[in-house]
Amino acid sequence: MVPGALDDLTVFLLSLLVGFEVISRVPATLHTPLMSAANAIHGVVLVGAMLIAVTADTPAGYALVLVATAFAAMNAVGGYVVTDRMLQMFRAPRRADAPDRTGTDTGGGGDR
Amino acid sequence: MSALDIAVRLVYLAAATCFVVGLHLMNSPATARRGNLLSAAGMWAAVVVTLAIILASGTVTPVGWTMIVLGTLIGTGAGLYAARRVAMTAMPQLVSLFNAVGGGAAALIGLHDYLRFGGPAGELTAAATTAVTLDVVIGTVAFSGSLVASAKLQGWVAGQPLLLPLRGAVNALVAAVIVVAAGFLLAGPGGALALLVMVLAALALGVLVVLAIGGADMPVVVSLLNACTGVAVAMAGFVIGNSMLIIAGALVGASGGILTKLMADAMNRPIRAILVGGYGTGDAAAALPGGAGEGVRTIDADDAAIRLAYAGRVIIVPGYGLAAAQAQHELHELAELLEERGVRIDYAIHPVAGRMPGHMNVLLAEAKVPYAQMREMDEINPEFNRADVALVVGANDVTNPAARRPGTPISGMPILDVDRAETVIVVKRSLGHGYAGIDNELYTDPRTRMYLADAKTALSALGTAVKTLVG
Repeated sequence: MVPGALDDLTVFLLSLLVGFEVISRVPATLHTPLMSAANAIHGVVLVGAMLIAVTADTPAGYALVLVATAFAAMNAVGGYVVTDRMLQMFRAPRRADAPDRTGTDTGGGGDR
Repeated sequence: MSALDIAVRLVYLAAATCFVVGLHLMNSPATARRGNLLSAAGMWAAVVVTLAIILASGTVTPVGWTMIVLGTLIGTGAGLYAARRVAMTAMPQLVSLFNAVGGGAAALIGLHDYLRFGGPAGELTAAATTAVTLDVVIGTVAFSGSLVASAKLQGWVAGQPLLLPLRGAVNALVAAVIVVAAGFLLAGPGGALALLVMVLAALALGVLVVLAIGGADMPVVVSLLNACTGVAVAMAGFVIGNSMLIIAGALVGASGGILTKLMADAMNRPIRAILVGGYGTGDAAAALPGGAGEGVRTIDADDAAIRLAYAGRVIIVPGYGLAAAQAQHELHELAELLEERGVRIDYAIHPVAGRMPGHMNVLLAEAKVPYAQMREMDEINPEFNRADVALVVGANDVTNPAARRPGTPISGMPILDVDRAETVIVVKRSLGHGYAGIDNELYTDPRTRMYLADAKTALSALGTAVKTLVG
């Protein structure tokens, strides 16, 4: 257990250092998409939510597996999709002759 | 080490590489989308190979399988539906919601392993119990805090900071409860009761801390909670001995921390001051000469249209009111009409225009506004004194000259220098306050004209007026 724990600690610290270095001077425009992308990455907690099923054998355990997998899948899937939607703004600029109104925004009455 | 073990390790390594490289590609607009797709591919591989592990383990009961499949389907459905259908204006609260469920999942993993293996008679090592404690506390705080942040951004909870009496003492007490419960857990005699107390206290702490923070600081708070969830996921990795979670969690924790710092710097606010809360409740708000409503000059559509149509240069300042009214298309149409007449148009975008950095760019891009016309604050500020008209649509605090003076709640926040333009036309629904809850001195400036209407209605009317009056 102890050697394993030390390995884990090593990996953790090195990953932290990579995390500190991996993003650098980001333009403010990319702050939100970047946050959303990082948010999607921690959706990998889905892997952990699946693995606890290996030892789950009580009703309480099953309930925890169900809620944890639902939460984690929502985090991962939703996170990637919404990030991609944000990043569509960087499509190569087309000279649109007329503004078409096929925007994705149809939901939500804006008046509040 | 079996062949499966080796394969799993290699796939996890590949997935971790995808996450790191994908995040790095997000540094630049040109490669950002590819980076996100690469990271999604890594996620996919990690999940598939995890399925192989639990198949090989052979200990998952039929009920367990049902729970995995059902949970994944529910989560995927909810995530897809929300991410696809929610309006772009509601994006920040959606990210916060996804962050909340991620933190919740991490905390549940710790809960499960403690209830199954921990406790006084359990077999968890001290190291694992420590990891459980950190996982549950950080994950739970991220869960409840992100939910409150999401509700604030959505407007379900008032944006003003909620400052309870004795706030500091209450928070310290709740934190002390967490520490004591954690002590019971680590020392052994705690068991499920100590765990329950710890979870409840952590839930309360997340709510209390975020409630005390003003709405304008929510982007920074969401980013910080995002980093917290990352750390919680890494701790969950320690609990179940899974390197994939440790790598991805630490990666998000650290990069999220850096990003939080970048965001706070963009708003010129120290993170510590934000966390202490209370931003947007200054007493200085009352110190406006004349009070709101007096000294304000209004303007109608025809007049405003003439000023815009005969200007040489117009700088448009979009803000949250534009986003809330979903009026970005109307704005772009008006801008195109003016451009056809030879008016030079620029969009001045404050780092936190909308509700988050980059939020406004997304909304404008969706309305097909050319990327080249979106100008960042530092670049456009020196140009306001050469603009004939600054057209402010639904932006408030980011244009308030009071920020240049010390002693106001927004002092020191970088603002757009719209008051240096020859004429300022402000489209606004009412003379109400912005997110910081203070009066805007710009509105009583002699060169400012207020056009009090909903952004969508106002911009359509302006477009019509430009067409009919000046053809």
